[in-house]
Amino acid sequence: MTETLHETRLVVNGVPRTVRVPARRLLADCLRVDLGLTGTHLGCEHGVCGACTVLVDGQPMRSCLMFAVSADGAEITTTEGCRAPDGGLGPVQQAFQECHGLQCGFCTPGFITTITAYLRDNPAPSEAEAREAIGGNLCRCTGYQNIVKSVLRAAEIQGEVVP
Amino acid sequence: MKPPVFEYHRPETVDEALSVLAEAGTDGKVLAGGQSLVPVLNMRLAAPRHLVDINRLADLAYVRSGPDGVRIGALARHAEVERDGPAHAAVPLLRQALENVAHPTIRNRGTTVGSIVHADPSGEAPAVLTLLGGSMKLARAGSTRTVPAAEFFVAPLESALRPGELAVEAYFPRPPDRSGTAWREVSRRHGDYALCGVGVLVTLDDDLRVAAARAAFISVGPTPVLVDLTDAVAGQQYDAVDWSAAATLARDRIEPEDDIHATASYRAHLAGVLLGRAGAEAAGRAAA
Repeated sequence: MTETLHETRLVVNGVPRTVRVPARRLLADCLRVDLGLTGTHLGCEHGVCGACTVLVDGQPMRSCLMFAVSADGAEITTTEGCRAPDGGLGPVQQAFQECHGLQCGFCTPGFITTITAYLRDNPAPSEAEAREAIGGNLCRCTGYQNIVKSVLRAAEIQGEVVP
Repeated sequence: MKPPVFEYHRPETVDEALSVLAEAGTDGKVLAGGQSLVPVLNMRLAAPRHLVDINRLADLAYVRSGPDGVRIGALARHAEVERDGPAHAAVPLLRQALENVAHPTIRNRGTTVGSIVHADPSGEAPAVLTLLGGSMKLARAGSTRTVPAAEFFVAPLESALRPGELAVEAYFPRPPDRSGTAWREVSRRHGDYALCGVGVLVTLDDDLRVAAARAAFISVGPTPVLVDLTDAVAGQQYDAVDWSAAATLARDRIEPEDDIHATASYRAHLAGVLLGRAGAEAAGRAAA
């Protein structure tokens, strides 16, 4: 059968985009397949691993647990959108590089988006709070130690750039 | 791991949603936060023909607190309920329990009413509704009915909601004066489903002795298990309650099962330990 396509407007990383997608197209697949933004990764596809986390109107959400059509009209931020204004590494991305917060890198996009939103609301977390903030994201390589360091380092970097 | 084909409906008003649901009948399914439904679709454990997305029904995105308690609309996200100051003041158990629901990212999207309708015996929200003696407002085209929590949860993942109905509101009554509540649960990993969990409500008399106490347990029965503990603890000073008789009473009522995560006897053990801890905390809050 031919599936009905739904015209869906999204603002992705500040850029208005219009896609025509079947209703069952997950937001994650829409970003990757329809919009070519392959930074967002799909791990478990049932909401457990956190790799696909993107910001929907600023709030971290699982893009594997949302239909693109449901996000019609929303502003989406992916890991590509967490860059610095000059196109270089954003504070969280830079901290991950400095602290070796990634190894294989598969889970990293979900951490970057989750931590970006967390630090916006909590600019100076303790180590325990940093650990709590990433509790919903799985990493199978690092053992999390360097990711916790990355959260704290990102907070430092942000503190330096904020006037 | 991709959802099956379905026909998508995105009503702009509650009336429109009810007429679509009436037409879809048993083939219709409501999509709110989708944090339980979408995994089920991704794994193809269900294949509804019509999905009715209620995310545009902004009228239902409310948390209203008043002297009699808190009313939560179908589109209020867990995170909104959790953060709501007046709701926390009126019914503290909401925040106490909801901060145990999965992870913050899930709570940003998942709805409290959706979690109740999902009727998972491991769910926190169904147990809160049960413990406080709340109710659900269910609408269908042309009529509305109110179902008390005691009649709403029928079996695992099965509620009293009928085809064509939309759960529009959950009502959580404010506990009586000089009451305290607490929530405790144990899970294998941070954010996982609880192996066992319990919410406790303790009400004291004017001499700070226990006048009434009850508990609602999760993950140890087909639905939330409500146990009246008053006979086991009544008359005891709030800070010196012996919860062991209450634990015995509760263990007789729960029906834990073995699975890969825990044995039935370990869950029963947890029920007693968590009851003691939550009970002491609730009694302390009642006296404060």
